[in-house]
Amino acid sequence: MEAGSTTAAGARAVPSLGAARRRYGEDVVKGILILATFLSILTTTGIVVALLVPTIEFFGDVGVWEFLSGSKWTPLFEPPSFGVLPLLVGTLLTTGIAMLVATPLGLGAAIYLSEYARPRVRKTIKPALEILAGVPTIVFGYFALTFFTPEILRGLFNADVNIFNVLAAGIVMGFMIVPTVASVAEDAMSAVPQSLREGAFGLGASKLSVSLRVVFPAALSGIVAAIVLGVSRAIGETMIVLIAAGQIASNSIDPREPHYSLASFIGATAKGDVPTGSTEYKTIFAVGMLLFVLTLVMNLISIRFVRKYRQVYE
Amino acid sequence: MSAHGGAIGKAPASQRAKDTGFRLTMLACLGLSVGLLALLLYDVVKDGASHLTMDFLTSFGSISADKAGAEAAIWGTIWIMVVCAAFIVPVGVATAIYLEEYADHSRWWNRLIEVNIQNLASVPSIVYGILGLAFLVRGPLSLGPVVLAGGLCLGLLVLPVVIIASREAIRAVPPSIREGSLALGATQWQTIRRQVLPASIPGIATGVILALSRAIGETAPLIVIGAATVIAFNPEGLDSRFTALPIQIFDWISRASNDVNNYKPLAAAAILFLMILLLLMNSVAIWLRNRYEQKW
Amino acid sequence: MAEHVTEPEDKQREAAPAGGVGIPDQGARFSRDGETEAEPRRPREAIFQLEKVVVSYGPKPAVRDVTFDVGRNEITALIGPSGCGKSTLIRCLNRMNDLIPGARVEGRVLYHGEDLYAPNVDAVEVRKRIGMVFQKPNPFPKSIYDNIAFGPRVLGRKQNLDETVERALTQAALWDEVKDRLKTNAFGMSGGQQQRLCIARCLAVNPDVILMDEPCSALDPISTGKIEDLMMELKREYSIVIVTHNMQQAARVSDKTAFFTVELASDDDHRTGRVVEFDDTEKIFTNPADSRTEAYVTGKVG
Ligand SMILES: Nc1ncnc2c1ncn2[C@@H]1O[C@H](COP(=O)(O)OP(=O)(O)OP(=O)(O)O)[C@@H](O)[C@H]1O
Ligand SMILES: [Mg+2]
Repeated sequence: MEAGSTTAAGARAVPSLGAARRRYGEDVVKGILILATFLSILTTTGIVVALLVPTIEFFGDVGVWEFLSGSKWTPLFEPPSFGVLPLLVGTLLTTGIAMLVATPLGLGAAIYLSEYARPRVRKTIKPALEILAGVPTIVFGYFALTFFTPEILRGLFNADVNIFNVLAAGIVMGFMIVPTVASVAEDAMSAVPQSLREGAFGLGASKLSVSLRVVFPAALSGIVAAIVLGVSRAIGETMIVLIAAGQIASNSIDPREPHYSLASFIGATAKGDVPTGSTEYKTIFAVGMLLFVLTLVMNLISIRFVRKYRQVYE
Repeated sequence: MSAHGGAIGKAPASQRAKDTGFRLTMLACLGLSVGLLALLLYDVVKDGASHLTMDFLTSFGSISADKAGAEAAIWGTIWIMVVCAAFIVPVGVATAIYLEEYADHSRWWNRLIEVNIQNLASVPSIVYGILGLAFLVRGPLSLGPVVLAGGLCLGLLVLPVVIIASREAIRAVPPSIREGSLALGATQWQTIRRQVLPASIPGIATGVILALSRAIGETAPLIVIGAATVIAFNPEGLDSRFTALPIQIFDWISRASNDVNNYKPLAAAAILFLMILLLLMNSVAIWLRNRYEQKW
Repeated sequence: MAEHVTEPEDKQREAAPAGGVGIPDQGARFSRDGETEAEPRRPREAIFQLEKVVVSYGPKPAVRDVTFDVGRNEITALIGPSGCGKSTLIRCLNRMNDLIPGARVEGRVLYHGEDLYAPNVDAVEVRKRIGMVFQKPNPFPKSIYDNIAFGPRVLGRKQNLDETVERALTQAALWDEVKDRLKTNAFGMSGGQQQRLCIARCLAVNPDVILMDEPCSALDPISTGKIEDLMMELKREYSIVIVTHNMQQAARVSDKTAFFTVELASDDDHRTGRVVEFDDTEKIFTNPADSRTEAYVTGKVG
């Protein structure tokens, strides 16, 4: 790697400043690094190819319009029906309920951490939120099924709910997403310059109005990013829904009922023994494609909004 | 604040009450989230603690719930974590070095790579399962649902975590260190290899552990690539079929409600074990960060 | 310290026929091979010759019209108001500006008669011979010993490392202070010691020239005095270019001084630095040719 390992005296005796030979080692290293970096592009390409090819085949068997607008999802019936709306309804329900929980809790936690908590409190609470974020989703699924539905929904609220229900899955998933929303939102709020707050305090504003009227609007793009990222997580979450919300494709919007989501359908179908190459097998990919596109849009929106506040404040 | 507010004619009492109310509401949001974590831990400990015995850890799965244990799952998890680590450390660190030290960020392709990695970090895990199924288990590599495929699939899933953490660690090394090294006649790679990397290793190690602790609990991709649920042997190599803790847990949860046997405590015990592993990994990460992190 | 001062004559003998060019003999500048040594040996020999150098970071130049030269075993000071491009210029003498995307150097920078920016010139090779000390001490997060040994190690000069380290630390007047704690982390040293460590680190690779960008601006007067003494000592063996905001320092240590000003463009607020005057330090400080130089050195303007 060292080209001109000249001696101390030699460095002066040979005045030429050209390298003794080209530093091939440096180029090789850079090449390897680029190759590694290229893997992440390859991963995305791989995902798209893995989804696209069977999806195209799937649409040879089933019309695109039938897939997107059909309201019956019965791949196993004779004749089968492949309308994806029931799966979308399930996804919408679980995601909606989750965000009803995660948005207020996550933003509230963010406001508390960024505006009220003293550094020491923050230092102890943030790791707790990080632990919550690190709990595997299967554990949340277990909790929703064996504790939240029987003990809390049925026990505490005397709710008449199916043991597999959208409500428990959605609420528990909401808690799973709280740390995501809280941490992205808190980053944005902390990035709001102190001078803005001081200006408002100087006018006699209370902490309440500073938080809601100054910090919140100033951090808005970060908050939007946090919520959109939360939605992306909720749409893509498999295990909680698969375990706690049962395995039925229906058009019911009753949250006490069981329901498939896009992701949990994929999980359930992949787990069962579906013959490779059958139309039913290809549904995994068609539904996966839809899931990927939906979350991709969410992620790109979120990335955009994060950029926006970074540009303003950093 | 409200005291001064009073002096200029606002209603101090109601103002203060509102302020306190708001503060408490925000605190409640935080408390509720942490409270749920506590409830969840309580539930798992209550259900599983009595089952988490040496016998449980050293027996294979069984048709009878009393005899079933998690040995195959534990070893399967260890195997895929080793594969995963062996994959993500070199690839993740290399990518981070390229993006921080070499890439010219005014070029569109480098910005595209960055957005791509940010997006990959939020692609649903089940989609990685589909990727693994199409390319690792079947398709070009056709490895089958074996340890190597499982480890690589989870590796691809958590690679963005490692890249993002390593980039932060590398960025934390001040430019003056690089300048000092280059000004002595060190080449760019010598500078990275001997100054930048050693100084950022604690941060990188923390990132790797966090990535592994995400991978260890992932279930959905393993389901899709077809990890076995009932298996009565430990993996013997990269080409062995395997099961893993989350898969085993999922299997037991699925059975809990529709079988004569009571599998619920088994699931809880395995969850408890998984959570203890996670706690250990996180402690190591925190310790590493506090002990070795370079203060500039 | 004195026993190490045996080298300069040695060095002169080696380098002079190779690239050394007397300053008045502009025509012989490109005689790299040294065969055309018919002209008489001149007393002052140029290490760097800068000719109409322009450095820009964007579309407009940050500093332009830089023409002066740096003589062997001299201390050349660059002075001028903030933002006039002193750092920019000194950093292009060892091609540190290569690291800044978009930085461009035009004009000619000759080092021992050789174009520093010729396509075949290797920046790493350049930096091996032209050392640099920065404004803020930047020791590596390693032991004192490893800080000094880093340069020789990466250059593959691994024999007699202990001697090299001791010699460098002695030259930097640091040996007595640290000889008992060579294995301790350099971050535990005082700022002045750290800066001398950085000088020692630079000496350990045995450079030809040392560039110093405000080496004393972060230091107290005592440490500053030590470094000034050190420079006077080092000048016997090395050529030194120093950027300083401290007029007394420039007057005390340097042989030649280049004075920079900064001009504000009329249409926008782009600033461009340029060299107004280059001469013997004594002349610059007692009898400058340009009124702006006089105003600056006598403290009439910032
Ligand atoms: N990396 C850079 N990118 C773009 N512009 C730069 C960069 N570094 C310096 N400049 C610009 O070049 C001009 C000269 O800067 P330079 O740092 O060389 O001044 P200086 O004389 O060293 O000032 P000071 O005495 O404050 O150190 C300034 O207008 C500065 O804004
Ligand atoms: Mg400067």
